[in-house]
Amino acid sequence: MEKSLNWREFFITRLINLSGYSAMLFVALIFFFLLKEGLPALQEVKLSMLFSTRWYPIEDYYGILPLITGSIIITIGATLISVPFGLATAIYIAEIAPRWMREILKPVVELLGGIPSVVLGFLGILLLANFLRTSMNLPTGLTALGGSLLLAAVALPTVVSVSEDALDTVPRSYREGAWALGATPWQTIWRVTLPAAKSGVLTAIMLGVGRTIGETMVVLMVTGNAPVMALTPAALFHPARTMTATIAAEMGEVANGSTHYHVLFFIGMVLFLISLAVNIAASSVVFRTKKRAERILS
Amino acid sequence: MNRRILLIVLSFFLLTACFSNKAETDSKNSIYYIDNKGSDTIVNLALAWAEKYQSEHTDVSVAVTGGGSGTGIAALINKTTNIANASRQIKQEEIAEAKKNGVDPVEHTIARDAIAVIVNPNNPVSRLTMQQISDIYSGKIDNWSEVGGEDRPIVRLSREVNSGTHVYFLETVVRLGNSDNKTFFSTDTLLLPSSEGIVSEVRQNPNAIGYDGLGYVPQDLKTIAIAPEEGQPYILPSIATVNDKTYPIARDLYMYTNGESTGVLKEYLDWILSPEAQQIVADQGFVPVK
Repeated sequence: MEKSLNWREFFITRLINLSGYSAMLFVALIFFFLLKEGLPALQEVKLSMLFSTRWYPIEDYYGILPLITGSIIITIGATLISVPFGLATAIYIAEIAPRWMREILKPVVELLGGIPSVVLGFLGILLLANFLRTSMNLPTGLTALGGSLLLAAVALPTVVSVSEDALDTVPRSYREGAWALGATPWQTIWRVTLPAAKSGVLTAIMLGVGRTIGETMVVLMVTGNAPVMALTPAALFHPARTMTATIAAEMGEVANGSTHYHVLFFIGMVLFLISLAVNIAASSVVFRTKKRAERILS
Repeated sequence: MNRRILLIVLSFFLLTACFSNKAETDSKNSIYYIDNKGSDTIVNLALAWAEKYQSEHTDVSVAVTGGGSGTGIAALINKTTNIANASRQIKQEEIAEAKKNGVDPVEHTIARDAIAVIVNPNNPVSRLTMQQISDIYSGKIDNWSEVGGEDRPIVRLSREVNSGTHVYFLETVVRLGNSDNKTFFSTDTLLLPSSEGIVSEVRQNPNAIGYDGLGYVPQDLKTIAIAPEEGQPYILPSIATVNDKTYPIARDLYMYTNGESTGVLKEYLDWILSPEAQQIVADQGFVPVK
């Protein structure tokens, strides 16, 4: 009896270990594959060409700068919308809303997360693009701004539900302590609850940014895909082309092993490195705050 | 269950084995095989023809594959296909190579592909010259007032770069058919992934100009009449103007065979030019040749 229990214990531990390691293995394999397919681009295309401003792959112009700036400006726009809005929603759900409201709001937000992005893109083409063009008097509504707005909608459920969970795990005694000191509800939220949930909230923002920069279908449909350099905030009101949309639009037709194919993988590599950088930056902030909290406690 | 899977796998092998044969007669079932390969522009049309023809002639099996016009012609030269589909005419070098291999390519014009330039119905502009369209798409003309319209910015719409239509439009219109011309699409040209994307933006946006296969243009959009040169008549695309070659943005689509075809192959090619098959051409968004 005991022996079989031990054996089972051993087996289950190994299984859990294995799943943990497999995640690392998969990331390593994916990165290795990206390197293998993407690095030849550096040999086939001159660096000065790769970091130039014209993207026209059918005539061997492989400047990826417009695609990088396009991705970045759309991501910044979406983050500026989704983070304040998402945090406010999370605070309302976790701290302010009465119980019955909370029980309606939470599933509704999660339902928003279940809407396929291609459906959002469709709404974007048919309604949002037209609305943006007429209301802001733009030449066309297929702009980076339209992409940002829809991507904010894509990232919002992630930001709300992860940061709401983080706020929820802050012990009730923290809030009671603040109230006992005479803090108003807003002071409690801003000075006590939110800082206590900081690492969870940062994770929420990071996941939101990750969703935004990696999202493909929406941007392919609504941003117009014109490979222009996006250097100023005014570029939000012009069409833009993102890295993800480029890969999605062109990978299907490209000849396996050609220069164009390698450059598309190189773009995938750049995308991977950007999200890696976002992750490292966010986790280093989380790490630092933990250390400080420990210092205070000790 | 297992046996069923085995059966499926076996039948799959059998099928692929069939398709790898050329137009030979299978003595047991007396089925004729026709291999048809080439242009991706034509592949859907060729498939529609093959399906229709096979449903009427159960003794004929037509296998259609894409890969591009060059691939199809190369296969014809290597005698690995019966019919090569091409959206361009065969080149002199290819004819020379074919002759060397004992292949005599014979051309059949099977359909025509016309591209319509479309604008919003509220746009007063209804005619343009080829030069004007080229200048619009290359960014030299930026406002509708420069071509006789309202004072509005021009929003250029194009298909994605991997679309054959994009390349054809670049060569024929933006570069005016001149291969030394290195004009590009203006970088702020919107590259939309689908015909539907172009149609819906043109429908909503009075600033927009787009292009699409003639068969895909809905009735509620305005089609531009085009003059090849300044001073020549402006022509609207239609089956008649495409067939008498007065509409400038149209090309022929071809099938090539080795020598004058005979037997089953000839019957198939003749059927393709029949009214029934040419109706499929119209359904697929191309222009019938007859």
